[in-house]
Amino acid sequence: MSRAALPPATPMARQILDHRSLLQRARTLPGEARVALALLGIMTVAALAAVGYLVIAGTLDGRWYDIRDLGNGTSHLVYWMERQGWHPAIPYLTTGLLGGLGILSLVGGWLVIGSWVERRLLAKFQIRQGPNRNGPFGLLQPIADALKLIQKEALIPIGADRLLYYLPPVLIFIPAMLGWAPVPWAARMSYVDMNVGVVYAIAISSLGVLAVFLAGWSSNNHYALLGAMRTVAMMVSYEIPISMTLLSVVVLTGSLQLSQIVAWQQQYHVWLIIVLPLAAFTFLFASTAEINRTPNDIGEAESEIVAGFHTEYSGMKAGLFLAVELGNAILVGAMMATFFLGGYTLFGLETWIPGYLILATKIGAVYFVFVWLRGTLPRFRLDQLMGFAWKFLIPLAIVQLLVVAVEALVIEQSGLPGVATVSGAILVNALLTFFGVRAWANAIGYRPEAGASTPILTTAVGGLRAAARLQAVP
Amino acid sequence: MATTSDAANDTANEPYVLNIGPQHPSTHGVFRLRVVMDGEVIRDLDMIVGYLHRSMEKLAEERTYTQNIPFTDRADYLAAMSNNLGLCLAVERLAGVEVPERASYLRVIFAELQRIASHAMANGTLVSDAGAWQTPLLYMFREREKILDLFEMTCGARLTTNYMRIGGVAFDPPPEFWPALQELVDELPARIDEYASLVQDSEIFLARTRNVGVITAADAINGSLVGPALRGSGVPWDLRKAEPYCVYDRMEFEVPVGRHGDVYDRFMVRMEETRQSTAIIKQAMAQIPGGPHKTDIPLALRPPAGEVYGRVEGPRGELGFYLVSDGTPAPYRFHIRAPSLINLSLLREMAVGVSLPDAVVALGSLDIIVGDIDR
Repeated sequence: MSRAALPPATPMARQILDHRSLLQRARTLPGEARVALALLGIMTVAALAAVGYLVIAGTLDGRWYDIRDLGNGTSHLVYWMERQGWHPAIPYLTTGLLGGLGILSLVGGWLVIGSWVERRLLAKFQIRQGPNRNGPFGLLQPIADALKLIQKEALIPIGADRLLYYLPPVLIFIPAMLGWAPVPWAARMSYVDMNVGVVYAIAISSLGVLAVFLAGWSSNNHYALLGAMRTVAMMVSYEIPISMTLLSVVVLTGSLQLSQIVAWQQQYHVWLIIVLPLAAFTFLFASTAEINRTPNDIGEAESEIVAGFHTEYSGMKAGLFLAVELGNAILVGAMMATFFLGGYTLFGLETWIPGYLILATKIGAVYFVFVWLRGTLPRFRLDQLMGFAWKFLIPLAIVQLLVVAVEALVIEQSGLPGVATVSGAILVNALLTFFGVRAWANAIGYRPEAGASTPILTTAVGGLRAAARLQAVP
Repeated sequence: MATTSDAANDTANEPYVLNIGPQHPSTHGVFRLRVVMDGEVIRDLDMIVGYLHRSMEKLAEERTYTQNIPFTDRADYLAAMSNNLGLCLAVERLAGVEVPERASYLRVIFAELQRIASHAMANGTLVSDAGAWQTPLLYMFREREKILDLFEMTCGARLTTNYMRIGGVAFDPPPEFWPALQELVDELPARIDEYASLVQDSEIFLARTRNVGVITAADAINGSLVGPALRGSGVPWDLRKAEPYCVYDRMEFEVPVGRHGDVYDRFMVRMEETRQSTAIIKQAMAQIPGGPHKTDIPLALRPPAGEVYGRVEGPRGELGFYLVSDGTPAPYRFHIRAPSLINLSLLREMAVGVSLPDAVVALGSLDIIVGDIDR
């Protein structure tokens, strides 16, 4: 084709033709700049290697400037304050403030990077380029998006309940932030390492639905109301399997404290996803329903109810809903990593690598799975989704819980070595997952849809009689 | 009253009206469904069309037959080639114009390419309606893009091609067209299989489309359903076989027919038709003779007074052109029998009594084009 010979017709086309990658741009730099860049790179690597050596050699161990454990810095600060003889409320408030700021900035950073990652990954799944205009690799795209959303006019639909309409985008942020409190980022490094962490996590995760329902109700829009009703129905159904699976985790590890759950996995050198595969799957699947992601995004099913409960929200209000959706995905990733993927531990490597980096990597992995699902799967229907929860997940979760109770008893009290008992539990649970799922599916009359009919091929055309003839031939 | 029954206070079952469209992601254009819903279940349904009405049939009465060809591009804007072909065949029959053989082969090639492109769009949007966020659609667009490139190479336009002429086609394809077409035809079967493996065995997609929007063969015939929707219902009716036009009688191909008449069957029929179309293009490429691509006709063609109904099998089904000539250069009456409009009339049977997601998928499986409905 001879189209390339023509001058680009539009500014966009010109931009695309003129676009050069960072590497291409680096190749056109003058020689001195290239030497300087190379020196800078070598110096960075050398500095990192030096720090790594000091860390491994233990020279920096336990000091406030130890880069591996931000929690150490805080504790040194607290000790210093206590030594000064200040009122105990002051160090308490200071650490609370510091931790809160840490979590806020961390989640904020995740949101900015996460939205870029999601769009970029989805684009790769869909043989597209994805955002690549703003900044290198389109990294500034989230900022451009946020600026655009902030500039937009805030519309209020006629007949909307103004107060209730304004509240939800703010309200929905609260549980998304509170949920981070019990997550252990490293040993001794969580905002509140409460002894009822699991109960707290479940309680907080059900708060978000209130804001969703407010949004749907106050918008004065049938789509919004339908979306809100769907979300509420789904949340109510999926709270149960989530609680059940977390209960089996609690029974097995013998603690409601998140750091203890991680410690159990560390102690037996095994991730709970291997010990409890069925529970892990149930948790992941139910979580996609809770946070409105494919294949269970029926609360905001685009092809059916436009945008669900936030149909009527525009500008930054819609942006807040989308941000919280992303934030919830990351929060679920953190929960999944803590409960089932060993949390901040990585088979001993956590003494060399900071725990929060390990956890962040695991969160990223779970998040990747979410994006993968979104780029691949169609959506369930509401009744199919509810049926799956009530007829499938909940009975299996109960059976799993009963089995786990026995296993926990054996592990705790049999006096056998942990390797033997935990291996036995892994075997039993794997068998339960494999055969139990099949048996139950057969019992409730489920037949796989695969092996679906392919069209009949014919060369004889005709009307109704020809149709009857065709269908008669098997 | 001392006691009020729960039923009297119960507003849970009060039906409400939901307007789906004219701006809605799954109406595929500016088309409106006024739905009476009871919770998630559709109780009644009105189809409100006319948002894209451009008065084509009346405008056509003021123009010559050749000038009317661009209108057909814009009627069904995803199947411009097939629409061109339908009008040209009708006018040629009315005026008794002979078509060179090479032109007939070119027409078959471009009509089949158009069918593949249109089915790609139809199946892609159907899966998007079922909730797969655009991924299958974009995979199908990869091949559609190449087909549109071929169109652009030949006639300069991608969608509104205006390629067929009365008595032939406007241009002979350039020399670089044939290797590009060969490359496309060679890789298409593998691409279609890849796409099919992505979608057709997906458990969720099957659960969403099996036994949804079922139309029996008798209902389909009574409702005058055409195209893949009719064949999906089990009726083996294809105009390319039933009354072959152009050179379809020299091609070997088979007509795919569904078994249950549900959304999934319509999807599978379209998938199979793209495979058959690829085979037809291969045969046409092997058989195409040399010679002129067009016969000369008078600038202002004056067909003898009379009427004609010409029809072709477009991607959406039987596309008919009913023309009445009074001996002047412009048609006295110009009517398009649009497949989308007639297929859409069956939506009520499929959608009333089912839930909203099923209705959306059923609508997607009919593959309507609003330009074709409103004209």
